[in-house]
Amino acid sequence: MEIRSKEFKERSVFAIHDASLQQALGKARGGFVGKRAQQAAELPEFEQLREEAKNTKNEILANLDHYLERYEQAVVAAGGHVHWARDAEEARNIILDICKRVDAKTITKGKSMVSEEIGLNEALIEHGMEVVETDLGEYIIQLAHEPPSHIIAPAVHKTKDQVSDLFEAAHGGPRKTEVADLVNEARQVLRDKYFRADVGITGGNFLVAETGSSIIVTNEGNGDLTQTLAKVHIVTSGIERVVPTLDDATLFLRLLARSATGQETETYTTISTGPRHADDLDGPQEYHVVLVDNGRSKMLGGRFRDMLRCIRCGACMNHCPVYGAVGGHAYGWVYPGPMGSVLTPLIKGLDAAYDLPNACTLNGRCASVCPVKIPLPDLLRELRHMQHQQDITPVMQKRALNLWRFAATRPKLYHALEQVAARVLSGISRKGRIRRLPLASAWTDSRDLPAPAGRTFLELWQGKRGQK
Amino acid sequence: MNARVNAREAILNSVRSALKRGPLDDTQRAALDARIPQHTRPAQDEDLVARFMRKFESRAGTVERVTGFDAVPAAVEAYRLGKGLPARAAVGAALKDLPWPADFEMNHGAAGIAEILSVSPAIAGIAETGSLMLAAGPGSPTTHNFVPDDHVVVLEASRIVGHFEEAWTILRARAEGMPRATNIISGPSRTADVEQTIQLGAHGPRRVHVILVG
Amino acid sequence: MTETPTRGPRVGLFATCLMNVFRPNVGFSAVKLLEDAGCTVEVPAAQTCCGQPGYNSGDYDAARALARQVIETFEHYDYIVGPSGSCMATIRHDYPVLFQDDPQWLPRAQALSVKSWELLSFLADVLDATQSDAHYDGTATYHDSCSGLRGLGIKGQPRALLGEVDGLKLKEMEDSEVCCGFGGTFCVKYPEISEKMVDDKVRNILATGADTVVGGDLGCLMNIAGRLKRINAPVKVFHTAEVLAGLADGPGLAGAVKGSD
Repeated sequence: MEIRSKEFKERSVFAIHDASLQQALGKARGGFVGKRAQQAAELPEFEQLREEAKNTKNEILANLDHYLERYEQAVVAAGGHVHWARDAEEARNIILDICKRVDAKTITKGKSMVSEEIGLNEALIEHGMEVVETDLGEYIIQLAHEPPSHIIAPAVHKTKDQVSDLFEAAHGGPRKTEVADLVNEARQVLRDKYFRADVGITGGNFLVAETGSSIIVTNEGNGDLTQTLAKVHIVTSGIERVVPTLDDATLFLRLLARSATGQETETYTTISTGPRHADDLDGPQEYHVVLVDNGRSKMLGGRFRDMLRCIRCGACMNHCPVYGAVGGHAYGWVYPGPMGSVLTPLIKGLDAAYDLPNACTLNGRCASVCPVKIPLPDLLRELRHMQHQQDITPVMQKRALNLWRFAATRPKLYHALEQVAARVLSGISRKGRIRRLPLASAWTDSRDLPAPAGRTFLELWQGKRGQK
Repeated sequence: MNARVNAREAILNSVRSALKRGPLDDTQRAALDARIPQHTRPAQDEDLVARFMRKFESRAGTVERVTGFDAVPAAVEAYRLGKGLPARAAVGAALKDLPWPADFEMNHGAAGIAEILSVSPAIAGIAETGSLMLAAGPGSPTTHNFVPDDHVVVLEASRIVGHFEEAWTILRARAEGMPRATNIISGPSRTADVEQTIQLGAHGPRRVHVILVG
Repeated sequence: MTETPTRGPRVGLFATCLMNVFRPNVGFSAVKLLEDAGCTVEVPAAQTCCGQPGYNSGDYDAARALARQVIETFEHYDYIVGPSGSCMATIRHDYPVLFQDDPQWLPRAQALSVKSWELLSFLADVLDATQSDAHYDGTATYHDSCSGLRGLGIKGQPRALLGEVDGLKLKEMEDSEVCCGFGGTFCVKYPEISEKMVDDKVRNILATGADTVVGGDLGCLMNIAGRLKRINAPVKVFHTAEVLAGLADGPGLAGAVKGSD
């Protein structure tokens, strides 16, 4: 999908004034946060599991090549195929080739953020194939021709009324207004698609080296119908999703649902190992895994290795006050919120997403809930550092920083400037505040500026206690 | 070398160069392969069966207990009549020898789009989260688990284990190896994609009923 | 037994930029609290800024220049204490990171790091000074500033200390731990998002019915006070130290100035 992260500022302002979006975001926020907090509180071992998950991921990443090779061997032993894709285009072509070879007409898809990352749907549709998203949220936004705005709740920005409109337009027939009726309508429409599908594409939450299995975790069962009923099952997954054993996957499973939706477990955890066996009565005849690098192996080498621990739970965005204010679309690409603000510049380029690392107060709430303890604020600051080093930071900001540094490293000058500021601001204030201040309208457009008392603390202190 | 092989080598080389080393040697690989994960398992202080039932029911699943396998057909029959369903079901062949009523029509093959009731055998129950583990195979097609509106699962009480790790041990011990699909099922299908309102029966079964044997 | 007169720790007060310009009363409150707890307080004149604006803007060189200045100015004190979780978290957590590849400055940064304290946690966790003879008539709600809360674990201390203040009722707000939208330069780089965030914060404050907001960081407090004033909400805003020191008898932030300064 086309990146529009350069429009972050405009899109975020637009989002703040979008009443339907604000209504939808308001409903989502409290639910995710409260349910996760409850799950964390109910599991005494939760914090210990976070620490173990961080350490285990670090061990895996330090031996990633080995586990990928072991995983590949096990997939092949189970009768499956492994494909390696350096970038998005290579991944698209691999999948297109498979679909063309089996003359695919209808392709069903379970939710896969990697498939969004590689722009898969557009490519398949361009080649005349019908692509049907089957996760209800993904289905809704496919009807709306929109990208997901959240990695686990792709249609979180839509209100029920908007879904009613979309379904009425797409399905015809009487407009449904109850959630139960809307869900049921989608169920009926999609059932037919599952049974007609030639290829089913899913993501992979975990790839297990021990058994050559891919694991998906869903609540709806759409991923299972997708992969069971199609003739060919294709898994798209990032190379960092491999884990050594089923026991290791369990560690992350214990954290994933609790962190993501605030559930103890999601309804379905499905371990898929190869294609249909000779005596099986259903299941796909072919099983393919596309391992996507797309910038991940480069991240492994430096300060951003921590980001590869991400298990895509979405807790960071659920707890991010900026995401909560503007929603996911403002971020302009596939991954929104804190994790997206780290990933997008790393995958798409620093200057393609200047605002993302900057549009953050570094309040740290994301890191405090991350199940694998990714230091997201530190990584965002590190991206700002790279922007500064590579002269992507706006000139005015650099000049301001240089001036500040010049003054702040000269205490006498700095204090003199502070004294001037205190006097001037006090002089122009009325009733303890300043309502309009030229050059500071970014503050005073929405807030008063509390006025200083006229003299600085250091001045007053020296008057009272004398020079030390 | 073709492009695909190149991609594999390029990615593995890129990983190694990021890790600032070459391929691991055999000793290092053997050490990694011999690694036994020792992750924390959440403590449990409850009877396994009681915990399984409590957890499964907390997610809108239903459970009834019968004394032996012979009582399963009657329980299925009662469930079927309670829901007003016709005398027909997709039944895993693993359960075909139970004393089913003569007029009960069974499909042991894959479930088609019209199938509305199924009966499947579970190979384990997991008390930790109150989840069922089902293994795909000729005796238990995967479509039975997802296509019908009503899914009845037969679970022997003695097959309930405490943690997921013990369920994996059962999988590893299978002579036929890993099933194509291993389904861990923790209740009926659900979605919250419309305004965070929980709705059961999104794509998979609207109801999951466990007949606990023993 | 002979009694030797005990001398309290020698504390260098870190006078944060915002406090120095906008709210000297917070500095005097900090001095009073520290001296009442037995400390000898000095305010070195050579200090300026902790360097956080440079660090968070990605200008690590500028941040290091400022950090060296702070280290040189404060390293000979027993403690460096400041009335800001944000500045003190920079000194405690970020200085050692900034100098991680500098064998000359790393030990000095680490040495200062371990003796750097945010005021309230210093009073409660180091000095065990949990008594207060202050009086404040009103109902206050406490905003958890992010750096103090998540960087330094400041949560219980200010609440416990405020609980000792005669006449003060504490009422918790919804989402007290959610960022107010200040975020340093964030609030002027992304003013619309910042406004939305501070609006959410103000709504939660007003929902408590409290007549006063207290908190430990002037950046957040100026943001909250500025928004409260703009919408004409009659809620006073004070730094926790002002209330604890009994020096919250004047106008709050952005409040009308009474008498002379």
